[in-house]
Amino acid sequence: MPVLIVLRTFPDLAVCEHCDSVYRRRTLASGQVARCDRCAAVLYRASSLDIDRWLALTIAAAIVFVIANVYPVVRISLQGLHNEATLWQSAAALAQGAAAPIALPAALSIIVVPFLQIALLGWLLLFARVGHRAPGFAPAMRLLVALRPWSMVEVALLGILVSVIKLSGFVQVLPGAGVWAVAALMVLITIIANRDIHLLWELTEQAPPDEASAR
Amino acid sequence: MSSAPRAHELGVIGCHGCGLVCEHPPDDLTHRHCPRCQAPLHRRRPDSITRTWALLVAALILYIPANLLPVMYTSMFGKVSESTIMVGVIEFWKAGSYGIALVIFIASVAVPCTKFLILGLLLVTAQRRSNWAVRERARLYRLVELVGYWSMLDVLVVAVVAALVKFQKLSDVEPRIGILFFGVVVILTMLSAMSFDPRLTWDTEKE
Repeated sequence: MPVLIVLRTFPDLAVCEHCDSVYRRRTLASGQVARCDRCAAVLYRASSLDIDRWLALTIAAAIVFVIANVYPVVRISLQGLHNEATLWQSAAALAQGAAAPIALPAALSIIVVPFLQIALLGWLLLFARVGHRAPGFAPAMRLLVALRPWSMVEVALLGILVSVIKLSGFVQVLPGAGVWAVAALMVLITIIANRDIHLLWELTEQAPPDEASAR
Repeated sequence: MSSAPRAHELGVIGCHGCGLVCEHPPDDLTHRHCPRCQAPLHRRRPDSITRTWALLVAALILYIPANLLPVMYTSMFGKVSESTIMVGVIEFWKAGSYGIALVIFIASVAVPCTKFLILGLLLVTAQRRSNWAVRERARLYRLVELVGYWSMLDVLVVAVVAALVKFQKLSDVEPRIGILFFGVVVILTMLSAMSFDPRLTWDTEKE
């Protein structure tokens, strides 16, 4: 059995992730950003969203996500023949021939990871609204941090636009309803997930008795 | 230079999972976990330099087939062709779509090559504990983190085009093996950048 040692923690300090400099935390006014004096990386930001707004935007992202995945993003027609593709069909189109394995990361980065980000955030925020930590709070928070670099909705949007231009030379191309949803999803994911989610730890601070007595 | 103390001087570690600052005396060699989020605490990411090198070299090797092998098969009214990434760029350029040619060139060629160079530079200088241009090197690392995933662009373009152009005999587009290599290169360079510990750039004290 591992011996449980309660480490002392310092919630009033902040460590720069990029160069390990230690600072005392200060309360920031809305819109302010604390930057590291040594390496100029962002230490932490003032929260510009309260939990209610954050949750509202997450629900909006969930709706837009469904639209982006149900409706085709592009339609083309060639000599009277028509064809259209959704995000999912695009990822699945890679799954043919020798290049098939690449379909998996493609589907993950444009569909599965954004879905997980929205679902996890929704779950956490629903509980955070009433000041609670959701069941599975810690693993969910760690997963959100790990997922962030693999969420590629903005790359998908640029990919769709490049494809439209690529094809417009020889077929008739029409944007589908899905492409507007992808654009909206890009904006919403950026707002809800590309932010300092560490804040949720502080916003739902519970003081367990052992931690309080160790300080 | 900044006067802010560094974490090891104060005997603390900032948790990578949740940002909480935890006590960690310099002589404590046991593996501790963050009391708040249970993520393992590391003074520096374990084997950062070795892992980053390994992933970077693997990416560099696979970048060769990614560029030489075709990424897309196109059949157009009976005319069949297979194109590599650079051929795709050149075709756009010749057709007069300079903007699109530039976008694809940047995402598929310029960004990966810049990543190779920057990560190589960061690794060599960190290994030598060099104090040359540390602030600029720190900025370069953040640049690599920021732009790295845009290279996935070409993979997604092939995906969308292959999904759309499905007109049997009339016209058909299929992905080819080159796009697999290219996608793997992008993933490996992203993993390589993630395994590099930017704090090493600032560990310039000679031991």
